[in-house]
Amino acid sequence: MINKSLKQLGSMLQAKEISSVELTQEYLNRIAALNPEINAYITVDADKTLAQAQAADQLLASGKSGALTGIPIAQKDIFVAKGWKTTCGSKMLETFIGPYNANVIERFDAAGAVNLGKTNMDEFAMGSSNETSYFGKVQNPWDRSRVPGGSSGGSAAAVAARLCAAATGTDTGGSIRQPASLCGLSGLKPTYGLVSRYGMIAFASSLDQAGPMAKSCEDMALMMNVMTGFDERDSTSLQREKEDYTRDLNKPLAGLKVGLPKEYFAEGLGAEVAKVVEGAIAEYRKLGAEIVDISLPNTMLSIPVYYVLAPAEASSNLSRFDGVRYGHRAGEYTDLMDMYCKSRAEGFGAEVKRRILIGTYVLSAGYYDAYYLKAQQIRRLIAQDFENAFKQCDIIMGPTAPSTAFKAGEKADDPVSMYLQDIYTIAVNLAGLPGMSIPAGFAEEDGKSLPVGIQIIGNYFDEARMLNVGHAYQQVTDWHLQMPEGI
Amino acid sequence: MSLSSSDVKRIAHLARIEISDAEVEVTLHKLSGILGLIEQMQAVDTTGITPMSHSQDVVQRLREDVVTETNQRELFQSIAPAVGNGSAEPAVEAGLYLVPKVIE
Repeated sequence: MINKSLKQLGSMLQAKEISSVELTQEYLNRIAALNPEINAYITVDADKTLAQAQAADQLLASGKSGALTGIPIAQKDIFVAKGWKTTCGSKMLETFIGPYNANVIERFDAAGAVNLGKTNMDEFAMGSSNETSYFGKVQNPWDRSRVPGGSSGGSAAAVAARLCAAATGTDTGGSIRQPASLCGLSGLKPTYGLVSRYGMIAFASSLDQAGPMAKSCEDMALMMNVMTGFDERDSTSLQREKEDYTRDLNKPLAGLKVGLPKEYFAEGLGAEVAKVVEGAIAEYRKLGAEIVDISLPNTMLSIPVYYVLAPAEASSNLSRFDGVRYGHRAGEYTDLMDMYCKSRAEGFGAEVKRRILIGTYVLSAGYYDAYYLKAQQIRRLIAQDFENAFKQCDIIMGPTAPSTAFKAGEKADDPVSMYLQDIYTIAVNLAGLPGMSIPAGFAEEDGKSLPVGIQIIGNYFDEARMLNVGHAYQQVTDWHLQMPEGI
Repeated sequence: MSLSSSDVKRIAHLARIEISDAEVEVTLHKLSGILGLIEQMQAVDTTGITPMSHSQDVVQRLREDVVTETNQRELFQSIAPAVGNGSAEPAVEAGLYLVPKVIE
């Protein structure tokens, strides 16, 4: 059951071969058995979840069900969900109960999907290893001593350990794609503006985008059909015709032009990862793709640009956490200023504070032009790199992350080395393009097989083609079907 | 550009985050590393380049000036933090939030 695709589960539910309550209970049992160690979920509420499953069974009985009705989905704990504890991985929101639903939650509810629980994440989505979570680190199901990646590390571990049928994530600089690569699953960050950010706790508003994390591209296409759509409550939501993301899944790839950016294969890319990516490219040649060499000359600048823009926006977004109306308030304080400073010092973890301080610094009087404005100018150069590249190719391909999953603690004390994890993913967010990671093989380390993902970058609104490119590969390979041992 | 301990204290104050003297040194070291990374930008000539804030160059939408939210004061105040300073009561009274006195 746990290895079935969303389509297969949907058919079984429609045919009443299994009820949503039975399916949901199976996942709840698995969570009870495995989550105490893996720590993929921060909050599980069996009563709420089973009530949703019962409602889904009624919907199924009434014949008004959709593709995801009755299917248990894990929600990243960044989405506010009514009546659910919503922590964003932070002590600041340890006791915060969502008073309303995020648009993503509303959409899954309306589709009749079942919310299995809220998944662990780096605090306020700031991290690439899930180690900054106030609720403890998450184990990578492929090697429990290693990190699952981040910031959507809980969602990635939950999908990899089959603790949900699929999950949601959010991606500001690689937070869907990098954990998908490190945990051996498929993850898609859509074009900026396709999925509403309403009720998604803001990190860097001009970069944040939610997307699916699942076992296959076909599963992700079904989730995209639910997650995307205009929402007037998000000022950057795009008004577009509704699309069916499954429509091109089975198109042949003959003649597809795949661009390989030389900067993604330069120094810094691990040899084992490079080998896997080359293997995948060979497979694409067999599928009829034409490989072209391209260049994204400003790739290396994406990290400095990101570490100006993201902290700047974060320092502004996180100023709302002041201990007045919700969230953590210090237990002891003298006056209002002291209450603010102590509440924030106690409520935020070290990495979040670092980023708020960097953001405050680059936005402080006299520095705006040298940092924020300069970064936004270089951001345009980075976007133009992609614009030029897409004149030569349909799809860009390369590694998702420079290495396989690293050991917990290995980079925790060195922010700059952690930031380099996102070297191949950040530029996509800066340009607002869609990016995806799919499993493409394994690398051996310390006697363990660790998954490696390839990244597929498309032009704006080209998600249906990207899913087609991923699906075609998943029809001729079985990397995405592999499961970690002992789960 | 290099950061000093007094810069770190000033930034922390602007960010309304209390920082101890012991934390200042560690923070200084880490922030300096990150700012060193950021400095790479200064080598790029960006004369005449329009800054980019959104990939689609969209404009802010306008909507009718009508009420779209219902009053949920009680629900929103049900998650207020505790007062603190010895009181575990929620920091709300008569529909308002309680904070330390700011006007004498």
